[in-house]
Amino acid sequence: MMTESYDYGTARGVWSEAMHAALTARDVRLLAHVPDGGNAPLIARCEADPAITVVPLTTEEEGVGIVAGAWLGGMRSVLAIQSSGVGNCGNLFAMLRSCTLPALLIVSMRGEWGEFVPWQIPMGQAAPDMLRLFGFDLFRLERAEEAQEVTDHALRQAFLGGRATALLVSQRLIGSKSFGK
Amino acid sequence: MESMIDGRLSRRWLVNELLRDRGDLLVVAGLGSTVWDCAAAGDHPLTFPVWAAMGAAATVGLGLALAQPARQVLVVTGDGEMLMQLGALATVAVARPSNLAICVLDNERWGETGNQATHTAHGVSLAGVARECGIPRVLELRSANEVPQLVEASRQAAGPLLAVCKIAADKPPLVMPPRDGSYLKDRFRTALLGAEGAHE
Repeated sequence: MMTESYDYGTARGVWSEAMHAALTARDVRLLAHVPDGGNAPLIARCEADPAITVVPLTTEEEGVGIVAGAWLGGMRSVLAIQSSGVGNCGNLFAMLRSCTLPALLIVSMRGEWGEFVPWQIPMGQAAPDMLRLFGFDLFRLERAEEAQEVTDHALRQAFLGGRATALLVSQRLIGSKSFGK
Repeated sequence: MESMIDGRLSRRWLVNELLRDRGDLLVVAGLGSTVWDCAAAGDHPLTFPVWAAMGAAATVGLGLALAQPARQVLVVTGDGEMLMQLGALATVAVARPSNLAICVLDNERWGETGNQATHTAHGVSLAGVARECGIPRVLELRSANEVPQLVEASRQAAGPLLAVCKIAADKPPLVMPPRDGSYLKDRFRTALLGAEGAHE
């Protein structure tokens, strides 16, 4: 029998504390998400924070609509998804561009760091290119100790620079699912 | 304007009724015919027409409702647009914003592409889906005398509302709102948040 296991990165959860602090400092008050092992600690921190409304989604596309609507209503929000979910969103990303809507996607990466499931690799590898294709500015978080600084600058780019922005959280940091292999 | 066409609700009459005394209502229109219907009722800075991103009207409305809990939000969209993101009904049910009403104009047709039958023409019930998702207020309308009840319900912050209005499959004259997305967004935010709030 195969045992499911997660090889957590070197700093399980530490980055999420700093990221949550950065979101709070920039007045982000809504987190929409499709969960995965990578962003789970961030979601848990936001759920424990009464100042942040957490909206679970059935698919990532819904989250693009929600962040657009929240901005129309004057609220800063972020969308936390896995890199595979980026692929679900193309036609919705076009709306962000058509309307020059600011947005921050926090994308937990798969398919780039000793990925065990071959099916995860094509989308993980294509996600940054797809985001670029739709005009996103990309930031990347590689090391836990940089989480607050990188998140803060991604938030500045999004909400002060007025840009669709994606913060890619490296699989090396969040860990790979090893399935005991 | 006639309220019924061949025994079914007229979309233009219905949307006009919904928006006639809109007060401080915030409106999201889904592509495509419901965008024209809302424009025909009168272009308004606090109507945001979603010209593309098919399926997104309900979730744009949800984000807006969560950001503006003191304002009532009305999404006006079509059956094809709603079918394209059925999961949004589940997400609305779970998020449970008190101030969101979604009105689906169901002509059982893909109106912009040649009037092909949608799934609702084959018996799929959007009201049934909404009920099973747990949306607390679900209405199904077929006649003009039910419309005042819908207008009243859409103004009440009493939990999310999903109203399915069975309408005629007519093609009234095209009336377009502005098309530039950046303009529409800035216009909406300026009207809602004031010039300073919109450009913070």
